[in-house]
Amino acid sequence: MSTPVIGIAFGNTSSSIAYINLKNDVDVIANPDGERAIPSVLSYVGEDEYHGGQALQQLVRNSKNTIINFRDFIGVPFSKCDVSRCEGGAPAVEIDGKVGFVISRGEGVEEKLTVDEVVSRHLNRLKLAAEDYVGQTIKDTVLTVPTDFTVEQKSALKAAASEVGLNIVQFINEPSSALLAHLEQFSINKDANVVVADFGGVRSDAAVIAIRSGVFTILATTHDYKLGGDRLDTELIEYFAKEFQKKTQTNPRKNARSLAKLRANAILTKKTLSNATTATISIDSLADGYDYHASINRMRYELTANKVFAQFSNFIESAIEKAGLDKLDIDAVLLAGGVSFTPKLTSILEAFLPESVEIFGPQNKNASNNPNELNASGAALQARLVADYDEDELKEALQPVVINTMHLQKAIGLLNADGEFVPVFLPQTSYPIQKKLTIKQATGDLLIGVYEGESYIEEKTIEPPAKEEGEDDEDSEEWSDDEPEVVREKHYKTTAKLMELGVKAVEKGLEIVFNINREGQFRVSARDLKTGAVVKGQL
Amino acid sequence: MLSLPALKEDITVSVVAGAQLTAAERRPLEPVGRHFLQHATRTLRNHTWSEFEKIQAAENVQAVDGAGAADPDELLFDTELADETLLEHDARDWKTADLYAAMGLSQLRYRATDVQIVKAHRKQVVKYHPDKQSAAGAAENDAFFKIIQKAFETLTDRTKRMQYDSCDFVADVEPPVGKPGAAGYDFFEAWAPVFASEARFSKKQPVPELGDDSADQKTVEAFYGFWHRFDSWRTFEFLDEDVPDDSSNRDHKRYIERKNKAARDKKKTADNARLVKLVERAMNEDPRIRRFKEEAKKLKEQKKWDREAGARAEAAAKEAAEREAAEKAALEAEQAAAAKMDKKKLKEAAKAAKKKNKRALRNAGKDNEYFGDAAADHDAVDAQIALIVDTLSDDQLAETVAAVKQDAKQALQTAAKNAVDTKQLTAALVSYFI
Repeated sequence: MSTPVIGIAFGNTSSSIAYINLKNDVDVIANPDGERAIPSVLSYVGEDEYHGGQALQQLVRNSKNTIINFRDFIGVPFSKCDVSRCEGGAPAVEIDGKVGFVISRGEGVEEKLTVDEVVSRHLNRLKLAAEDYVGQTIKDTVLTVPTDFTVEQKSALKAAASEVGLNIVQFINEPSSALLAHLEQFSINKDANVVVADFGGVRSDAAVIAIRSGVFTILATTHDYKLGGDRLDTELIEYFAKEFQKKTQTNPRKNARSLAKLRANAILTKKTLSNATTATISIDSLADGYDYHASINRMRYELTANKVFAQFSNFIESAIEKAGLDKLDIDAVLLAGGVSFTPKLTSILEAFLPESVEIFGPQNKNASNNPNELNASGAALQARLVADYDEDELKEALQPVVINTMHLQKAIGLLNADGEFVPVFLPQTSYPIQKKLTIKQATGDLLIGVYEGESYIEEKTIEPPAKEEGEDDEDSEEWSDDEPEVVREKHYKTTAKLMELGVKAVEKGLEIVFNINREGQFRVSARDLKTGAVVKGQL
Repeated sequence: MLSLPALKEDITVSVVAGAQLTAAERRPLEPVGRHFLQHATRTLRNHTWSEFEKIQAAENVQAVDGAGAADPDELLFDTELADETLLEHDARDWKTADLYAAMGLSQLRYRATDVQIVKAHRKQVVKYHPDKQSAAGAAENDAFFKIIQKAFETLTDRTKRMQYDSCDFVADVEPPVGKPGAAGYDFFEAWAPVFASEARFSKKQPVPELGDDSADQKTVEAFYGFWHRFDSWRTFEFLDEDVPDDSSNRDHKRYIERKNKAARDKKKTADNARLVKLVERAMNEDPRIRRFKEEAKKLKEQKKWDREAGARAEAAAKEAAEREAAEKAALEAEQAAAAKMDKKKLKEAAKAAKKKNKRALRNAGKDNEYFGDAAADHDAVDAQIALIVDTLSDDQLAETVAAVKQDAKQALQTAAKNAVDTKQLTAALVSYFI
């Protein structure tokens, strides 16, 4: 395809667009206002349509004609939608059974917009921004969607996009997209289990993804439609409102405009606190003509919003539980979405997860990625990959026969010299698969014992008063020395012996190939790197 | 690093009888990323692992080969220094040196892209760096290297490069000498490079090409129209005399500046005049223009002929019409004359007849011996008859004459009675007949 395929991450709160530039780098495209995380907001003033940050500013003065948080409503009947999240902006009403908005365009002129139309217009503005930036017309795009988007929602999205001349080549799941973008920057060469946690503006999604030989499998997903960055805003608003009330005896919560002003500034303050330890908030004429100026430090903010932060960590824990895994089975947590900027989120996760778990987020020194841009970047990378495929090829590659594969339930591995089980294939490895193990310094007569195994968690209580705590949630190191320290370790044990191969007189180096074909037939072959002699075993 | 246990028993392959993998579970993969697409290819094409590895290896080899192949840019660079005298060129006079030749870009010149300039510079530096030269045992002379550095500095700065390109007379293509045609040069072959080289100064890009003999009139006219309105960015600052520092003598500095400006303007005017002359000459020599002129002339003549054909036909038609009209008129005149003659004759005949009738009537008394009435006054009767005759119209006259032949007196009485009735005569005048 001659025209570039762009990746669009379409969120409830903000959207971003990305493409792979000529230098083969991911470029996250800024709209004409310079925003890379473009607020998914449309606002109407008379004949004019505002989009992005400009529309967001309209929330204070023109909230009735400003449409926010509409993404999740597409393709869902009105009766099943929770329209309360549109409270701050234009109220959602029912139009033809769908969610719609009634917008006034000038004196006495009313326009009825269904959510499909709103999405079309939003995508059109994104498309125009991309065309402006790339300098070519854009036709094809890869779009990210949450893992719980239904087929109807996808087809409604596709129809809305085709209204404005955008062809959606592929829908990809948001967590996979984020992970893809992250791995492009910081590749993990080994197999791993990663929790991708996307804390957005109004909802949160988490997915446990198994990476096996570079292929992703989603093990579990959880969604919380109430938890999001706006909860933090709400806590801050409440804090400021209380303080304001104390000072002026005026309740700013009674007035919608005051509330909108307070919200806009609280969001700014929250963002400042992600980078600085103190931030000020100053609002002219917040309510009843009183100005409000205050400063807040990060500690205060974190204490105020402590309850919400606890929910974030519980949310991740529930995802891990749902996948049937232990915290020790997780190798990394990838943070996406705007909330990830909050330092507290990283620190709370570090405290709650074992040390072996890496937290990839903006506050982590190993990761310089931008959580707002992960989804779009991943979509762009996928777009670049599928750009080489034509429509039929891609359709073929996305057939269920290709996508739905068998996954091992138990680890398969070898016994090492100490008689310990070393996994080669981790559980949830999809097959057909082949893996090569090269042992360069192997010499002499060697035994290759192939076993099926599983992991178990060993808990050791070090330090005096041994108080059994069962599954301890906290990493004990942080706490005082008086408390018992429970060390949990992950070990493997063999459950079934599969085969044994004997290789004799290996001079230097041995290559062992593990292979499971599509029918589930398991083969192991060992090849002497020097002589080329091969020993094969097959189940 | 993994180490394997030593072999204690004599085993080659011992598969545990009845051993089976724990039942697997079917789950969807995430259809994203390179590895998934590879999996898809393997599944769809039914590749075995060894086949797949072979294909991957072949692709890798191709990629490496592609990277290892000669850079297409490098093929355009000079393999050796185009002008050996550059090596001895004084670095202080770098402005007079051929900077493109020094960079090894003598073929590309103004066409060299920024990337190519950087690449060429690197290549020249590696070759001509003073350290390299002295290591190779050459005399310590970094003049040429300084020229290379100056060239790089000039060619990578947009403004400086424009100024240098303006005065890069080596890149100019001189117009052909002599005359085009069978004995001389081929117009298109000789002029195309001239225009191509002049086109580099155009502010408006792209510049239309000279084209070939098959070009239509519109294209050719557009081409010369463009060159007649040619807007050139060519400047001659590069040839300026060095402006001295104003610390010593400000007036002198201004004088030099003025002189430079005057020289630049003069050169610019001369260059514009040169281009106008060049385009004029090309246009005069252009076989297409000549052909178009001839065609236009022929067309004009044809048109004139066509236009006159109409007039001619009209004239002929007019002549014919006139002739016809004249003939018709003559005929009509003749007929009219004839008719007139006939009328005259008839009139005369009628007159004669009338005369005759009148005479017959007047003589009626005498002829009929006064109606047997000898007693009557003959002269009075005749006078009365004459009066009656005068009252009669032509028709009545003829009738009366006819009636007189039957019964003269009766007829005359009737006529007299008529005349009295119509009050032409009084009864006394014709008393004889009443």
